[in-house]
Amino acid sequence: MDKKPYPIIGLEVHIQLKTKTKAFCRCENKYGGIPNTRVCSRCLGMPGALPVVNKQVVDDAILAGLAFGCNISKITKFDRKNYMYPDLPKGYQISQYDKPICEEGFIEIKLDDGTKKKIGIIRIHIEEDAGKLIHLEDGTGNSYVDFNRCGTPLLEIVSKPDIASSDEAVKYLDNLKEIFQYLEISDCNMEEGSLRCDANISMMIPLEDGTEVNTPIVEVKNMNSFKNVKKALDYEEKRQIEEYYSTKAVNNGKNKVTRGWDDSKEVTVFQRTKEGESDYRYFPEPDLPHLEITNEMIGQQKVKLPELPEPKRVRLIKQYDITEYDAITLTSDKGLVNYFEELCKHTKFYKKACNVVLTDICAILNSKEISIKDFSINPANIAELVELLGSEKISSWMGKEVFEKMLKTGKKASEIVAESNISFTSDDELTTIIDKVLSENQKSIDDYKNGKDNALKFLMGQVMKLSKGKANPVKATELIIARIGAD
Amino acid sequence: MTEKLTVKKIIEGYNKKEFSVSEISGKYYKKIEEEDKKYNSFITLNSSFLKESEDSQAKYQANTNNLLEGVPIGVKDNILVKDILCTCASKILSNFVSPYNATVIDRLKSVGVNFIGKTNMDEFAMGSTTENSFYGATKNPVNVDYVPGGSSGGSASCVAAGFVPAALGSDTGGSVRQPASFCGIVGYKPSYGLLSRYGLVAYGSSLDQIGTLTNTCEDAAILVKYMKGVDRNDSTSSNINPLNIDDFKQIDLKNKKIGIIRETIGENTDKRISQLILETTKKFQKYGATVEEVTIPALEYSVSIYYIIAPAEASSNLARYDGIRYGLRTTKKDVDAKTIFTETRKDGFGEEVKKRILIGNFVLSSGYYDAYYKKAQKARILLSEQFRESFAKYDFLITPTSPVLPFKIGEGVNNPLALYVADLCTIPANLSGLPAVSIPVGKVDGLPVGMQIMAKRFDDGLLLGVGEFIQKNITDGDK
Repeated sequence: MDKKPYPIIGLEVHIQLKTKTKAFCRCENKYGGIPNTRVCSRCLGMPGALPVVNKQVVDDAILAGLAFGCNISKITKFDRKNYMYPDLPKGYQISQYDKPICEEGFIEIKLDDGTKKKIGIIRIHIEEDAGKLIHLEDGTGNSYVDFNRCGTPLLEIVSKPDIASSDEAVKYLDNLKEIFQYLEISDCNMEEGSLRCDANISMMIPLEDGTEVNTPIVEVKNMNSFKNVKKALDYEEKRQIEEYYSTKAVNNGKNKVTRGWDDSKEVTVFQRTKEGESDYRYFPEPDLPHLEITNEMIGQQKVKLPELPEPKRVRLIKQYDITEYDAITLTSDKGLVNYFEELCKHTKFYKKACNVVLTDICAILNSKEISIKDFSINPANIAELVELLGSEKISSWMGKEVFEKMLKTGKKASEIVAESNISFTSDDELTTIIDKVLSENQKSIDDYKNGKDNALKFLMGQVMKLSKGKANPVKATELIIARIGAD
Repeated sequence: MTEKLTVKKIIEGYNKKEFSVSEISGKYYKKIEEEDKKYNSFITLNSSFLKESEDSQAKYQANTNNLLEGVPIGVKDNILVKDILCTCASKILSNFVSPYNATVIDRLKSVGVNFIGKTNMDEFAMGSTTENSFYGATKNPVNVDYVPGGSSGGSASCVAAGFVPAALGSDTGGSVRQPASFCGIVGYKPSYGLLSRYGLVAYGSSLDQIGTLTNTCEDAAILVKYMKGVDRNDSTSSNINPLNIDDFKQIDLKNKKIGIIRETIGENTDKRISQLILETTKKFQKYGATVEEVTIPALEYSVSIYYIIAPAEASSNLARYDGIRYGLRTTKKDVDAKTIFTETRKDGFGEEVKKRILIGNFVLSSGYYDAYYKKAQKARILLSEQFRESFAKYDFLITPTSPVLPFKIGEGVNNPLALYVADLCTIPANLSGLPAVSIPVGKVDGLPVGMQIMAKRFDDGLLLGVGEFIQKNITDGDK
């Protein structure tokens, strides 16, 4: 028997929308802040206060639905999910139960062998976030509640159990995050909690008779990074297989359990059985009428739908003849790829342009910890530099010098080249330099002749040093080889 | 002089300078201080009321008065008036000061109305006797051995006692109309959505409406004129503007088709009450109306539907009283959250409230949802359809407001089911969102009897117009 146990995984992802105001009140929607300052009668659950739907939340949900190929419901409604907890002011969460705003979509992932796989999305629905309990180590043993986060709009994206490995799970999450960032409706920052993920996992275990059994479903919570999602799922795979062989317990539709990921011990820990779960007593939210989603509302979002990362990558590779790796790096940041495409409007040296963006510009962004939108040089000016490089008027070494001066002075590449006398040494001068280098390095010439390619690099280095970087490398290499050969 | 003054007469009197705001307000206030011990209609008096009345008087002198300047009214203690206690007659909110004004309060304030105080009620509006109050029972001014009805018993009592010309109440299953009937005044529940619920402490959100307790239908129309209209703070409020509210006139009965709902004058109704209703409606014909009996078969399910949906919504609406952010917290330090919840709620809620929270949680719990809540919703739709069919034929539908006479104080305590069943006539209007008004039509054994008129949703102005006509031409003469 060569069939191995394999997992069935589904993910429930919550993302916070970065709307200006909260989902059902007019409080500012922003991460952090002095506790309990971004609150009002509504999000504090004061007597008599009523929710009012933030239209932007509905629009964002429609946009997300369109991006994931969902059906957008013509009529949607809100429901109350009832449970009591100190960080939940009303004693219920406004959510959507049986008529979510979006249904039946998918996220496409690329497997390691290059094939594509669609992971189905069952539904996307709108709900509100709760507050936060704070346990200060202030010696009092008291707990505190910060209600600032209360009412922050969330979208919950529920996948089908189509995910067949922890790697696929991470790819699904990567793509989901990337798409939301392209839509510019969520930061999807797991550390700040603007993306949260719970995983449902069970194993299919092949039996001797050729049939398979399914282990009880485990819902894993508390994973605070994609890396931990992978670790937790890998851990669960092993644990469930072991558990099956010791208990023979199989999924009977009633024995789902919840386990929490313990990051420090790198294990999942039992939390509760299904019986231990709250009965949420869902019922239609009487304070909010059914919401009609008109074709006009959908149309307005369709227009806003940007080109999504995967189609963009395919186009970039074709249009600019760049590598898939470069395309992936560029599209990892919507601002970056937009900058690149803007740059390519001013030059035809696409590969050089890509190099400058991914090496020189990205290095600056990383060292200054800024994003591309805060980068000081506009694409047209960078295009000048790319043109100089592409037409071999300056070397890449000179290019770096020009780039640095552009950053410092804000001047154009052409100005800097003219002012600083940055250009290749003349042919005569180059010949003189090469003669000098060769006469002083007989050992390297011998090494080269004996097949040591490194010797040529050393000689080139000496030429560059003497020429103060102004030697045209292509020409210099040609000349050196010609000279050595002529001996 | 304040005896049975109407809002309309008060405004006229102010404008004609027959009396001043300070004079009227002072007399009302004094009367409450002296006589309310007998009835217990108020929980809290507004300590700045007299000052506000003087401000109103100054506006009359400066000719900068608003349309309802200086009209004093009472407000049920589940409607928020900023900076004044709002207890809902519950221990759990006994220390809760309103952080904001309800929309209706803001709107009335903007036309010059002053709020004399907050009236007693059944805790969280659950009850029909105003005996379920942390602040003690309210008594019926007609006869203090009897309850004033409920849950807006304090509002009905203070109007009937002549403490105020009008008061606001709330009506989830009859809580404005039934006490109006018991106290012999007018109680009006608007169409669902006509008045904003923002700032009304929720009981059954899909049923709750703020209503008025007044001496005349015209006064009800005057008050609703300034309270109605869509409110962006309440998504269930409507922008439909009913006819005959902005420019109110009484509407005669000529060619009106009136149906008496048979199910409400049958064997479960006190025969003397049925008799009084039938005698009254007989007189309609003299004014050109046609009167027939009509049947609404689904009506028999009303009480069952109501006592599933209202507690279901209430169980969720009352979950916020958890001792964390405001209101009562009875536990000391060093307890966990669950203990704070259970101890606070155990100590803070009265028996009737606890009972309804339990019913609500039960009917919503998984395994019972389909059998109770879902079925009740279906029956609710069926009832609404039958009303729609009836209103295709009739302009107005008539029932007794209550099938029984006012209860003696303490009488209902041991027979809660009888109290529930007595809501039969009033509940349907809430379930179907219809406007309804109770007007006094006479007395049986010295106790007032009310007649309920219902109309199509948003026919509120026509309803009150006809009510005013009936009061002026038919029932007032019988008193």
